[in-house]
Amino acid sequence: MDDKRARFEGQVLPHLDAAYRFARWLCRPGEADDVVQDAVLRAFKGFDALRGSDAKAWLLTIVRNCHLTAAKQQQRRAFVPLPEESDAADGHVMIANDSNPESETILSDQKQVLNRLVASLPEEHRTVLMLREIEEMDYAQIATVTNVPIGTVMSRLARSRAALKAKWLQEVEGAPSAVR
Amino acid sequence: MQCAESLRVQAYFDREVDAASAAEIERHLEHCSECRELLQDLEKVRGVLRSGISFDAAPAALRTRILEALDQEGVVEEGGTATALKPLSTQSTQTTRAMRTMQPARRLRIGGTRGFWTGALSGIGGAAIAAAAAFFLVAPGLVSPLSNELVSAHVRSLMPAHLIDVVSTDKHTVKPWFAGHADVSPAVADFEAQGYRLIGGRADYIDHQRSAVVVYQHGAHVINVFTWAAMGAGSPSNTTRSGYHLAFWQQGDIQYCAVSDTGWDELLGLVRLLREQT
Repeated sequence: MDDKRARFEGQVLPHLDAAYRFARWLCRPGEADDVVQDAVLRAFKGFDALRGSDAKAWLLTIVRNCHLTAAKQQQRRAFVPLPEESDAADGHVMIANDSNPESETILSDQKQVLNRLVASLPEEHRTVLMLREIEEMDYAQIATVTNVPIGTVMSRLARSRAALKAKWLQEVEGAPSAVR
Repeated sequence: MQCAESLRVQAYFDREVDAASAAEIERHLEHCSECRELLQDLEKVRGVLRSGISFDAAPAALRTRILEALDQEGVVEEGGTATALKPLSTQSTQTTRAMRTMQPARRLRIGGTRGFWTGALSGIGGAAIAAAAAFFLVAPGLVSPLSNELVSAHVRSLMPAHLIDVVSTDKHTVKPWFAGHADVSPAVADFEAQGYRLIGGRADYIDHQRSAVVVYQHGAHVINVFTWAAMGAGSPSNTTRSGYHLAFWQQGDIQYCAVSDTGWDELLGLVRLLREQT
């Protein structure tokens, strides 16, 4: 293995899982894999530009750019999804696709509801929320990855958190002993 | 109508403010019930998300495909010809699987609500760890300084079946296990209530010694706490390598280093708990 490849595997590939999760929050089901592969290859080509900066934020930025490029290409081709595909894309971005068959039964009702609620948030709100709460990135990193000012990160975070809380309360409304 | 301070309260919650602003916001919170409620809501939403969202790891097939594409990339650089991306071989299975899980979500059962808020983390770590495919080779260029050695050991530990030698959430099981397997006897404690779940221990080899490693889970993140006999020299300063934070401290004659890709605050939170422990 040559040196560049070794350094790349040491610094960038540990963040592959985060890149994959991020792509799944951005993309329609089935598209995340291609976007991630495209992003990792681009990252490898541009690896010399990384030098000491934050590898995770850098890789996730590339994932987002690849997603945008792919989305634009699809628009240009006037891509019309098949009905089944558009159904599948509707509000189910977050559903886990673990290869472990057990996990499907373990996935509780509550988790399914939560996944559906998160998936129903607008993309720019969902990604900011997940980068903060799941990937535990700080405002500056999120601003880099999503390419918006920190003030926008803050307002999107506030709105997505409020929206998720409201949707959640709405879901459990009618349940007399609902715990807030 | 929302209080004008709400964004600052959120920044305080996300630990994005300096000490002076934090003190100011704390004073504000004392007399603003709306912001106190906001703070509780933020806590709640975080708890729900971190315990309820599936932390998918990249599928093994995707990793394999990417590594193969990288192999080609090396050849291209030398040969100067273009490579096309390999076709998506896993797509059809994935779609089928996705379709299968897409039954309409059932209504919440009343009794299940409380359990959800308290949130079980079980399964998350297992999935993340199991799915980390064994392709990962520690970069030969990263061996010399101690920090790189620690990051390599941390990354290596994420490979299947390497993370934990003794699987236990009980400190009375983990601590005695080290007696026969490492040169030091580190502090072991479970901080599940604070969000740091003890998941086990491992023997590793750091700084030319047998090191005892205590493994914690925090949300989606694994935190390895490496310990080895301090060699007189002072504790190295905290640093970040390849996106992994390393927090060093010494206690008695033991050198500690906590390594994770979690945020600094989350990592230092565990460090604080461990230091208070002994």
